[in-house]
Amino acid sequence: MAHALRTRRGLGRWAQTWAGVATVLVLAELASRTGLLPQRYFPPVTEMFTALFAALGEPWFWLATGQTLQGWVLGLGIAALLAVPAGMLLGTSVVRYRAFRAVIEFLRPIPSVALVPLAILVYGAGLESKVFLAVFAAFWPLLIQTLYGMQDVDPVAVDTARAFRLTRAERITRVVLPGAVPYVATGLRISSSVALILAVTAELVIGSPGLGREINAARVGGAADLLYALIIVTGLIGWGLNSMFAAAERRVLHWHPSQRGAR
Amino acid sequence: MNPARRRRILLIALEAGVPLAVLAGWWVWSVGADSFYFPALPTILTTFADTWLFERVGSDVVPSLARLAAGFGIAVVAGVAIGTALGLSPVARRVAGPLVEFGRAVPPPALLPFGMLVLGVGDAMKVFVIAVVCLWPVLLNTVDGVRGVDPTMLDTARVYGIGGLERLRRIVWPSALPQVFAGMRTSLSLALILMVISEMVASTEGIGYFVLESQRSFAIAEMWSGIVLLGVLGYLLNAALALLERRVLRWHRAALASALR
Repeated sequence: MAHALRTRRGLGRWAQTWAGVATVLVLAELASRTGLLPQRYFPPVTEMFTALFAALGEPWFWLATGQTLQGWVLGLGIAALLAVPAGMLLGTSVVRYRAFRAVIEFLRPIPSVALVPLAILVYGAGLESKVFLAVFAAFWPLLIQTLYGMQDVDPVAVDTARAFRLTRAERITRVVLPGAVPYVATGLRISSSVALILAVTAELVIGSPGLGREINAARVGGAADLLYALIIVTGLIGWGLNSMFAAAERRVLHWHPSQRGAR
Repeated sequence: MNPARRRRILLIALEAGVPLAVLAGWWVWSVGADSFYFPALPTILTTFADTWLFERVGSDVVPSLARLAAGFGIAVVAGVAIGTALGLSPVARRVAGPLVEFGRAVPPPALLPFGMLVLGVGDAMKVFVIAVVCLWPVLLNTVDGVRGVDPTMLDTARVYGIGGLERLRRIVWPSALPQVFAGMRTSLSLALILMVISEMVASTEGIGYFVLESQRSFAIAEMWSGIVLLGVLGYLLNAALALLERRVLRWHRAALASALR
């Protein structure tokens, strides 16, 4: 009895979760079919998905997706290789931190897209430009998160380590670094979406090959259904990457208090 | 002089000295390098003064900032309104959940072609794109903030018969405000990015247009002056929001301090 009630409640929640999506899709379809929204700009949802499934069979679609993901992974990877060690270096010494704080605070708010013209000039319209922009943008959240993580250490843990006569190097590897891992994980998740944004921006503005360029081509060619289909794809990629990082965070950090209550 | 004081002075000197050293290094290197891509810093600075003070302020800077302000403002109002509704109702949260998750996952620049298709290349498109992109951080943070309201406060409000708008104004919003500001900070940097991209893709004025056009006509010093301007604007906008946050949330910091005492 109680079991059946629980399943029914679960089913109700599940229905609520998807009712919103279904309603929006049906309304959009109706609005377009009845001409409430001009079909030239808002093709029916069914046509968007037809275009999407047609694209799934095309080699150019997979090539473009691969190129976007290539820009993302290289941008995020290089940014992580630079930002995490830099954050560790600055986070372990008050003198180093204070020396570079003003420089970081000034460079960080520079909108990364301001560097688009410089990237075109120096690297041209190819992959290098995309990666350069993604690295610059993804660097800052990771650096800041690593810095905060290194500084936000439980003082009791440090005192305990001192009481046990751990050396400075041991204190850093055993106490400070594990404490900073959740911050770095959050930084990776933020930087991942930032790197994807900059990869798509480079494709859209500079014309580097990838999904962004295909979206723009669909607009210029008047293929509204394909345009929406590709926007949906970029959204799904963004959502997929984000969920992947969130899931990895939960797995790796299952020991950490911030994750214990989450499941 | 005692050692603690000497250390403090040393740290302050470092904090001021390192940025100056970086600037001086750039200056010396760029003057000596004579590179085409990286013009001498003094050249950039004189071009900056010639270009931006104050000739192009009316024609490029003001329209750019006006669009940014409009988009950001719409996003904050809509984000707080929708976020409050979702925060207060678990059913609404479940219904809107997948839509919100998807909306915030779309990389913002991908919305530009959509905006251009539907709204053309004018101001409306730019404001719309900035507003849509800035909406998500404010909305999500508002939802979290509203959900995090102390239940005791809500129960107290119920006991005293405080409801409706009064409850929102006196209890829900004040306690969600720190989170809302966190969302606004994220949104503001997104707004600046979208302001620049939208002008690069479709515009005949604005800072983003100017920077890309300078690059296309190989006016390298002008291009750099635009980049410097965007950097300065980014810094100032962030600082302004931080200042506002400090003023508005003064009571909150005071409350935190007293809780820690």
